[in-house]
Amino acid sequence: MTHTDDLIESLAANLSPVRPLRAPLLRTLMWLAIVSAGALLIILRFANLSVFMGRVEVPRVALECLGSLLTAITAIFVAFELSVPGRSMRWVWLPLPPLLLWLAASGVGCLANGLGIRAVQGESAHCFIFIAGMSIPLSIGLFWMLRRAHPIAPLPVAIFGTLGVAAASATLLQFFHPFDITVLDLGFHLAAVGFVVFLGAALRRPLLSAA
Amino acid sequence: MATDSTPAERDLAWSRLMRAAQAGERAAYERLLREVTPLIRSVVRRHSNNRADIEEIVQDTLLTLHRVRHTYDPDRPFGPWLAAIASRRSIDALRRRIRLAKFEAPEQGAYETFADAAANTDMEAVRSSEEEGELLRRLPPKQREALEALKLKQMSLVEASASSGQSVTALKVNAHRALKALRALFQERRP
Repeated sequence: MTHTDDLIESLAANLSPVRPLRAPLLRTLMWLAIVSAGALLIILRFANLSVFMGRVEVPRVALECLGSLLTAITAIFVAFELSVPGRSMRWVWLPLPPLLLWLAASGVGCLANGLGIRAVQGESAHCFIFIAGMSIPLSIGLFWMLRRAHPIAPLPVAIFGTLGVAAASATLLQFFHPFDITVLDLGFHLAAVGFVVFLGAALRRPLLSAA
Repeated sequence: MATDSTPAERDLAWSRLMRAAQAGERAAYERLLREVTPLIRSVVRRHSNNRADIEEIVQDTLLTLHRVRHTYDPDRPFGPWLAAIASRRSIDALRRRIRLAKFEAPEQGAYETFADAAANTDMEAVRSSEEEGELLRRLPPKQREALEALKLKQMSLVEASASSGQSVTALKVNAHRALKALRALFQERRP
């Protein structure tokens, strides 16, 4: 009998029932529901909604919010989808259109507003702290859910998961960003997103309990 | 399983067996693993032509299949799910081989132990089991786990892999590194 035969016997002898993982779309909706509830509480408690509503009357700002929100939703879905073996890698293209929308709308804003005097006062750095800081609790919740799949290819799961989390944080930031975006704002936003994605990718194996 | 079944019929049969295995039916699971092993082997051969590696990767794939069996959706085809696991393990093994060849020289006897304690000259500096325990505790967790399973508990590589969740290759690498680390620690204790 070969070692492989021994292994098969051992695995079968030690088999225990398992609860199958829920579908990726359902898990995405569960995560979004929890995060949305939390975000709503924060917004209602701390945000100046009248200022925000005034800002989103500008089509470019509305498109920027829509872009970051859809990037978050699609990226989170892709993370859940890719955490299961055998799913199509074509899903990785799903967040691209909203990501481009987000970047384009932000870029147009920068063209209109330039470097931004607030850069001197360091206010733009607060955007980095907000996005990176808000991404921590969101990532903890997301990776806790993703871990259950023990992804066999953890890198794309971590990248899309953290992209989604960073985009969600950037969306929430809009409710606390009473001024229009400048070049330095965009730079700090992108740096924060990049930082979060890099951290998630670097820590993918322990965070995701990869198989 | 009938040899003249079509791929679709075979996939459907495996899907049913996997569903039964998820419910804890051991006979169904053993039958499934035996039937899919040739397919796993053929997938692995596409990535590696090293005979020693092929069987190791097949075993690694079976262990991974066991670990992630809860991720299989019985309403979806079984083949792509299985093939993805086998391909992934093959690619990981190839990358590990390249990395090891670049940075480490494998020591064939690294994970063997001699029965006669006097033959283990590096152990001379250890005067007590408390000292041994203390040195073992200084190892990284995965290295300690590999060493304990293979040396102290005298498990086979396959048994140790099933028990620890580490792949066979990872166990060998971690045991090898653990012995290197222990030798370095022993050297520190010599006058």
